[in-house]
Amino acid sequence: MLKGRRKSANQNLITISTLDSRLRGDIKWNKLKFIDEYRDKEASLKYSSLINDITTKKWNIMEVCGGQTHSIVKFGIDELLPEGVNLIHGPGCPVCVTSLELIDKSIEIASRENVIFCSFGDMLRVPGSKKDLLQVKAEGGDVRMMYSPLDALKIARENPDKEVVFFAVGFETTAPANAMAVYQAKAQGLKNFSILVSHVLVPPAMEAILSSKSNLVQGFLAAGHVCAVMGYNEYFPLAEKYKVPIVVTGFEPLDILQGIYMCIKQLEEGRHEVENQYARVVNREGNQSAMNIVSTVFKVGTRKWRGIGEIPDSGLVLQDDYIDYDASLKFGLAEMTVEEPKECISGIILQGLKKPHECEAFGKICTPEHPLGATMVSNEGACAAYYRYRKV
Amino acid sequence: MDSSLHSEFTLQCPIPISEYPNVLLAHGGGGKLMHTLISKMFSTAFTNDILLQEHDSAQIELPVSKIAFTTDSYVVKPLFFPGSDIGALAVNGTVNDLAMSGAKPLYLSLGLIIEEGFAMEDLWRVVQSISMAAKAAGVKIATGDTKVVDKGKGDGIFVNTSGVGVIEHNLKISPKSIQPGDVIILNGDLGRHGIAIMAEREGLEFEHKILSDCAPLNGIVKEIIDAGINVHCLRDLTRGGLSSTLNELVQTAGIEITIDETSVPVHEDVQGACEILGFDPMYVANEGKFIAIVPAADAEKCLNIMLAHGYGKESAIIGSVSDGEAIVKLKSRIGTMRILDMLSGEQLPRIC
Repeated sequence: MLKGRRKSANQNLITISTLDSRLRGDIKWNKLKFIDEYRDKEASLKYSSLINDITTKKWNIMEVCGGQTHSIVKFGIDELLPEGVNLIHGPGCPVCVTSLELIDKSIEIASRENVIFCSFGDMLRVPGSKKDLLQVKAEGGDVRMMYSPLDALKIARENPDKEVVFFAVGFETTAPANAMAVYQAKAQGLKNFSILVSHVLVPPAMEAILSSKSNLVQGFLAAGHVCAVMGYNEYFPLAEKYKVPIVVTGFEPLDILQGIYMCIKQLEEGRHEVENQYARVVNREGNQSAMNIVSTVFKVGTRKWRGIGEIPDSGLVLQDDYIDYDASLKFGLAEMTVEEPKECISGIILQGLKKPHECEAFGKICTPEHPLGATMVSNEGACAAYYRYRKV
Repeated sequence: MDSSLHSEFTLQCPIPISEYPNVLLAHGGGGKLMHTLISKMFSTAFTNDILLQEHDSAQIELPVSKIAFTTDSYVVKPLFFPGSDIGALAVNGTVNDLAMSGAKPLYLSLGLIIEEGFAMEDLWRVVQSISMAAKAAGVKIATGDTKVVDKGKGDGIFVNTSGVGVIEHNLKISPKSIQPGDVIILNGDLGRHGIAIMAEREGLEFEHKILSDCAPLNGIVKEIIDAGINVHCLRDLTRGGLSSTLNELVQTAGIEITIDETSVPVHEDVQGACEILGFDPMYVANEGKFIAIVPAADAEKCLNIMLAHGYGKESAIIGSVSDGEAIVKLKSRIGTMRILDMLSGEQLPRIC
């Protein structure tokens, strides 16, 4: 479930980001079951024809999560849909929505002496204003790729004379593990550990899209992994206020097809309810212990989204009790502000107002090797997914 | 690597730990210590008629005039991983590069760059592994070099091997020989090397350990060529996996390749690990896998030869070549078509 992209169908999925590396060696991983079952051709075609049968109008449906976007283009799911059904790729890729300002802060911190800067892998290639973290590494910075923030904590324990900073990126999915790292750091009295917080929340982003005058979205596939942590109580007021169906959806081809089916069925019948397609993983109340650790360490605050701008109450910031673990404050960067470049239309892409290939830079001056904006960098970014699987 | 080969080699490290538990700078310095290392360890492990010449360079007579020549450096981390290690990898990697031109590999050079302080026992393990892999592949270590760098300036040990092989056939095995209508045959399941390395690095354990597929491919290739198969192209699937290899081929040959995802063998454990780690097996590295591109008329015969070989038991026809754009298309599991693109950047750092 690393940054919401472990799109496996396994009910007993163990998320790497929640495991301490010391524990991992003791766990015997059972075979991951039920992968092929959710990628079954016959069943997919059956759903495709069911969708065709019930669709009488044109509909714009947004899949919120980048993991879903990735699956849609990887498996060519949109090819199985009726012509009028348009999938809009939502803002649910944490790498893509992390503001340029935070990337520049990460680069600034990672470039300093005596710092070990730890991050999930795909943040390393996200371009800042001048360079990316990989470049900092090449210039001699100690930048390390991790699967878990708890590994960064271990590094902090082993290197008491260094400042260890973890780039805490992600939606609600990575928040529990990041919260746990900070919680443990405090409990263990570790003073040389901090996190650069870049946490964003899904429901405020959905509301920002719905309340926009240019909004095209008529129904949502909500992000299954986010809901696995948070449940889906938050979506009922949204569905009611904006009269949109919201279907909590998984990540395998059959999940997505079923989610689309459920969403279109509501639209065709004039309903706007919250439904749960991903019931084998998600329940309405969410994961209580995960939510507890998140609310112990974090509180809701304003967050700047790349390409979209500031959205009130759309992110997580550290609680006052944990403010000593805020890398932005610790390194004196709280006041740093950076403007986004003009050429990249990732903000428009993220709101679903344009498709990646409708951008003039797409595939020409902007490629996964030389990304202009974050949507081209991350595996889950809509531009990268289009480039990799489509090459229009 | 055949595990029975490991058991026959149980010699103690010839440089007693009590003397030098770790490699010192002087072991690469040209003096007495270096000579001890060469005479006690390397000569013991690699002895052959060419090394016995003890010249500055190996003098070799070749039976034919057409040779294949290749080089590769190995910096894999960790050095020892489930199913293989840097030593066997350094031999098999270069042997396979030679085999992919249809050459019969004969001689390897061996360059070792060792970090000061490297455990002598580990060096011996690497050297033994090189020796056994060379025997298994039927190649001789014809010349070698050792350097020791300051502590902190290397990462344990780096290995370079160059290889010479003779080309005894008249086929033109090259991407340029690929023709529309050709068939693509893969010699087994994908992704085991990359996942074995990643599991070791991340401390993941599976019900059954996933072992690297590291193996010499010259034997299976020889059988294909000896059977008179009109081989158009051979490629081993190392870094970047099947996907990157196919993309290189379409770009060089200017043809279109279509792969059927359901026909590409991937073991359930590797598939599961890929799901957990966020990888696509099509991009994960292998060290004992290759594709043979042959005319459709020869495909079944070639497939049967491969299936009968120890390193081709799960061989399968995975796709075909056609006229068209220089792209790789993948028929997905659910029947839709998409592009199979080349990997951007690294999926796994330092895996070979």
